[in-house]
Amino acid sequence: MNIERLVEMANDIAANQAADRPSAVVLIAQHLRRFWEPRMRKQIIDHLHNGGAGLGDEARAAVALLADPIHNQK
Amino acid sequence: MRSIDELDWGTPAVSDATLVTLEIDGFSVSVPAGTSVMRAAAVAGISVPKLCATDSLEPFGSCRLCLVQIEGKLGFPASCTTSATSGMRVTTQNARLAGLRRNVMELYISDHPLDCLTCPANGHCELQDMAGAVGLREVRYGFEGANHLAVVKDESNPYFSFDPSKCIVCSRCVRACDEVQGTFALTIAGRGFDAHVSAGNDQSFLASDCVSCGACVQACPTATLIEKSIIEQGQPDASIVTTCAYCGVGCSFRAEIKGAEVVRMVPNSDGHANHGHSCVKGRFAFGYATHPDRIRTPMVRDSIQEPWREVPWDEAITFAAKRLQKIQAQHGRGAIGGITSSRCTNEETYLVQKLVRAAFHNNNVDTCARVCHSPTGYGLKQTLGESAGTQAFDSVMHANVIMIIGANPTDAHPVFASQIIQRLRSGARLIVIDPRRTDLVRMPHVAADFHLKLRPGTNVALINAIAHVVVSENLIDHAFIAERCESGTFEKWRDFVIEPQHAPEQSENITGVPAAQVRAAARLYASGGNAAIYYGLGVTEHSQGSTMVMGIANLALSTGNLGRQGVGVNPLRGQNNVQGSCDMGAFPHELPGYRHVSDGATRASFEAAWGVTLDDEPGLRIPNMLEAALDGSFRGLYIQGEDIAQSDPDTEHVTAALEAMECIIVQDLFLNETAKFAHVFFPGSSFLEKDGTFTNTERRISRVRRVMQPLGGKADWEVTLMLAKALGYPMEYRHPAEIMDEIARLTPTFSGVSYSRLDEQGSIQWPCNVRAPDGTQTLHEQTFTRGLGRFVVTPYVPSHERTNDKYPLILTTGRILSQYNVGAQTRRTRNIAWYAEDLLEIHSHDAETRGVIDGDWVGVKSRAGETVLRARISDSVQPGVVYTTFHFPESGANVITTEHSDWATNCPEYKVTAVQIVKVTQPSAWQQRHSRLDRTQKKLLNEREPLRS
Repeated sequence: MNIERLVEMANDIAANQAADRPSAVVLIAQHLRRFWEPRMRKQIIDHLHNGGAGLGDEARAAVALLADPIHNQK
Repeated sequence: MRSIDELDWGTPAVSDATLVTLEIDGFSVSVPAGTSVMRAAAVAGISVPKLCATDSLEPFGSCRLCLVQIEGKLGFPASCTTSATSGMRVTTQNARLAGLRRNVMELYISDHPLDCLTCPANGHCELQDMAGAVGLREVRYGFEGANHLAVVKDESNPYFSFDPSKCIVCSRCVRACDEVQGTFALTIAGRGFDAHVSAGNDQSFLASDCVSCGACVQACPTATLIEKSIIEQGQPDASIVTTCAYCGVGCSFRAEIKGAEVVRMVPNSDGHANHGHSCVKGRFAFGYATHPDRIRTPMVRDSIQEPWREVPWDEAITFAAKRLQKIQAQHGRGAIGGITSSRCTNEETYLVQKLVRAAFHNNNVDTCARVCHSPTGYGLKQTLGESAGTQAFDSVMHANVIMIIGANPTDAHPVFASQIIQRLRSGARLIVIDPRRTDLVRMPHVAADFHLKLRPGTNVALINAIAHVVVSENLIDHAFIAERCESGTFEKWRDFVIEPQHAPEQSENITGVPAAQVRAAARLYASGGNAAIYYGLGVTEHSQGSTMVMGIANLALSTGNLGRQGVGVNPLRGQNNVQGSCDMGAFPHELPGYRHVSDGATRASFEAAWGVTLDDEPGLRIPNMLEAALDGSFRGLYIQGEDIAQSDPDTEHVTAALEAMECIIVQDLFLNETAKFAHVFFPGSSFLEKDGTFTNTERRISRVRRVMQPLGGKADWEVTLMLAKALGYPMEYRHPAEIMDEIARLTPTFSGVSYSRLDEQGSIQWPCNVRAPDGTQTLHEQTFTRGLGRFVVTPYVPSHERTNDKYPLILTTGRILSQYNVGAQTRRTRNIAWYAEDLLEIHSHDAETRGVIDGDWVGVKSRAGETVLRARISDSVQPGVVYTTFHFPESGANVITTEHSDWATNCPEYKVTAVQIVKVTQPSAWQQRHSRLDRTQKKLLNEREPLRS
């Protein structure tokens, strides 16, 4: 899928949940986990591993959390 | 003419717990206090002659035919305007009364054509009936005197005729327009002999303010106002109660038929959503069901460049199944999916999601709610725990303050709008939040207290400003919050909205709404008594649609406006079964009943019932499917009842994705825009051919009953069954009732629903289960579905769509009364008399600076694309904002809308697109390409290889 589009979507999720501190990053990761189809999640994780261009700080942290099997709870 | 199968009780029912007992013609009868003598007589089985009275209207007392004698009272009071009282003794028939009634009838008939045998109302004319009832045998005045017999008919309305020569000036039509519809389009002009029904200021019906709801036609006791379908086809002889397939109001209708032919649709006075009222679409625009464009035979083709080939059902099903199986074999099980529609029944939608989950073995199923109210599902689930509106429509009659946000009920939900108008005229206050001046802002005897005319895309900033006032001025309901809401979330939200940047004076720069108006509106909402919020797509179709829904819920929670009559948070769903399609699990992350696919216990119950292992991962949403199609990982799509090539945003992106796929299966009535890219076409059924249920926006489940046989030979649910079987997953149902039984077994909120219960009760509002065996009018009465109400912090995040020098205007899109959604149905009816093309509304200031005058062709260019529309100068839009509808494919309204979407649900941001407008002389490049595609595909359809017999 278009990675720019996925990055924009991840950043939008982050922007709307960033105010929910201190759990924002966990909430963003949960959102990605619950609503994004696996190939979308894989693609954004791969993108992060390739530098994560365009991802904002919270989105980046959330994708990192999503990639971490310990935190990858449904 | 009222429905052929409905009794007329003469005057409206009265709900009063106190009963009065009286005697009528020697029979004792008890009725609620305040009931008319006429209605009491009807309850006792005694019919009092009448002409100006009917039970949908307040009594008028003008015809003097319903005179009765009451012991101890002088004269002959009209039974329609006289209330029954305890101990009253009434005589409805004696020689004196008979004489008086004959005299009255004699006068009426002296100025009425005696053409009963050729009159379209013959046999169902109340005047004719009354002449018989009173025993009229002669007219002593003769017929040569001055009369109205030569007055010319008004045939301007496409659906009904107005023949003043048959009018008895009973005012039923005028009162229906006032009391039922609320438009005040009709009046009695002139006095005495000159008195006559006038549409507007003696205009034609079509040129007047008449909205063609049909209330006047239904109320008319003669053939003065009568459906042209009755004039053309004759009178119906039977009726079947069913549910309208247009908007989310879900009106109950009696389809009046003659053999297999529908003669007319008449609103059902027992209808729980509409109480006998209707709009121009439901009442009249059903002709599409038998339109020549209907495709009645399955078709297949190997590529979209080839002509279609008509094939038998089994061949079409096999063709489709083999292609889907081949794609999955080559590209994995996630390479195909399904889309269902809010135009389908609950049972059909349930089967499509079951097909995808059990036979496709994935969760790639979505519904058109994705592009309208998916943020409602998300937002209300997060805050209140249930993805549904909280009230019944009738609740609005208990509201003191009505707040309407981003909705235009008079156009999109007209029957409920009439109820809102009734309530407003009886004293409720009104706050409208909308970039446009909708009709409700100011109309006869209705004026909004506040119209917060915000800039498109700033909803969340405005709701936060309103919340700021509520909190800073301590207008919150502390007791409600303490008892009903989650500890901690309120404080977090309160601390958020009290921040200075949310003050109306600060957000004014963002929203464009003067702070004083915001403060006053917030005070009215929070302290004006019962306050009810109704909202539409102007809330959801934004990049912050879900945030705004949660902001609305926060506001209602903070002021205690939930859990009782007259309050609540109420989405107005665009299409008839948006609520139902969401309830039925047609989302890629949820099983029926809004339970996440990762919920092991829920999944286990479906796995046990369906005999398959279900995927525990969320599937692709519609926009994700399209993206995946473009990267080659998604190649096959089964689409039942949707037209994504017209309805979804960024048309060129959608059509590129469709072109990239190997197998598109469309099941629909017509060769719609999406079907032009299809390889398989299954003929679908209109609502008149369906058996099933729809669930309206108030969670009301109503039966859809088959009125005529499916023109394609198969019901839609049967087609899904055949496809499932061909894919190796047979499903066994003999009737949609059995599908509902399975839904009830597997979905806790539906466990008490069955066709027999629906037939008994007429309709049921879910949840319907052991705890609420008759259904639930008002949600969250004692506790919220999630237990305690949850406040959610709602930061304002500006849209990516920004205006600049290149794109200085904001385009917002919407609907119009006479057309529906992509127009596939209404464009194929006489409704085009009101609206035959999508127009671009532009403020005179913006038009003037561009040299545009009314009727000019203008190019509308956005970052996504360009189209050309005809301009209409309008002060309904504010400077800087333009508006259009999306009912006509050639308009290409969605060529300009962008891929931006709601952050939580991917609901498209239809309401905010930055555009430039320029005067042009020819169609856009896209329109020229579309025109060529349209011609080619129609040619391929017309040249299709016929079915071999």
